[in-house]
Amino acid sequence: MDNDKIGQIIDKHQGKASSLIQVLLEIQSENHWLPKEALERVSEKLQVPLTRILHIATFYKAFSLVPKGRHEIHICVGTACHVRGATRVLETVQDLTGIKPGETDSDSKFSLETVNCLGCCALGPEIVVDGKHHGRITPAKAEDVLKKYE
Amino acid sequence: MSDILLQIDGREVKAKEGMTILEAALSSGIFIPTLCHHEKLEPYGACRICTVEIESRGRTRFVAACLYPVEENLVVRTRSEKVDRIRKMILELLLAHAPDAPALQDLAQEYGADKDRFEKESSFCILCGLCVRYCAEVKKKNAIGFVDRGARREINFIPEIASKECWNCKECFSLCPTEALQAAYFLTEALAFPSPSFEPASEE
Repeated sequence: MDNDKIGQIIDKHQGKASSLIQVLLEIQSENHWLPKEALERVSEKLQVPLTRILHIATFYKAFSLVPKGRHEIHICVGTACHVRGATRVLETVQDLTGIKPGETDSDSKFSLETVNCLGCCALGPEIVVDGKHHGRITPAKAEDVLKKYE
Repeated sequence: MSDILLQIDGREVKAKEGMTILEAALSSGIFIPTLCHHEKLEPYGACRICTVEIESRGRTRFVAACLYPVEENLVVRTRSEKVDRIRKMILELLLAHAPDAPALQDLAQEYGADKDRFEKESSFCILCGLCVRYCAEVKKKNAIGFVDRGARREINFIPEIASKECWNCKECFSLCPTEALQAAYFLTEALAFPSPSFEPASEE
């Protein structure tokens, strides 16, 4: 992620320290993770100590301090999805992408994460890719869904 | 500013508006144990060992003395059966993290806390925040901070800042009620500047 982009995001929030979380969220959605250089620049520009930024960035699960793939897959393994076969979906996705939950593949295409309930159990088993929900997923359907992402 | 009259352990105590119970107690020579309190720092209320029983309008409550502002006619009990029980529990929980901390051991003896009551989870840090707050508020260097949250929360030096500022300061070391801080510092030092001849004990 280049410095111009970070500069733009910070300028958009008029360099206010109170916008720290907004700035971090925008960098996160732009870059999929928060590199150290970016945090140092944010710290300098917003006049917020790096310790406070790290405190916040490690507190919220929305932020990642390690590289993430271009597409984030969330697989629901909550109770309802579990009884409807989420485990098999998870296994299929693991085989297709070659990664386990919490990991990112080597060409930064996918990151895989399990979640415990997405609140729409009627659609289970469910997976979410880049915020788009796919309900009533079977292992075969999961393959079709993932093929659409580059 | 008008004086506020309150009662601590049966004694009439005069306090100024805006003072905390702890400050009022200390000014009249009443001892309340603390772990995360430091006179130069803002009250933080991390350790809860200063918990006292207060009584106002007929109801009793338990509050952290280092944070609770004094009120007119407040009745404070710094040692009651319930307060002692709360402090004993807090100590036992803290001792699961730092069983060898002298400050904790002294208090444990006083309150009869058993250091083996809970399974050991030796992080050696009780998250009092003294080092973090001292670095931020007094030294204004922010070399050390908290990371993560909940059960995984821990202190963490920023290597880039620590390598510049900490070597000549180290004022936070003596504040630590356990030995965790020093350990965290030398860990950072060792990771940031790997050197086979590095000997932490040889300096000065």
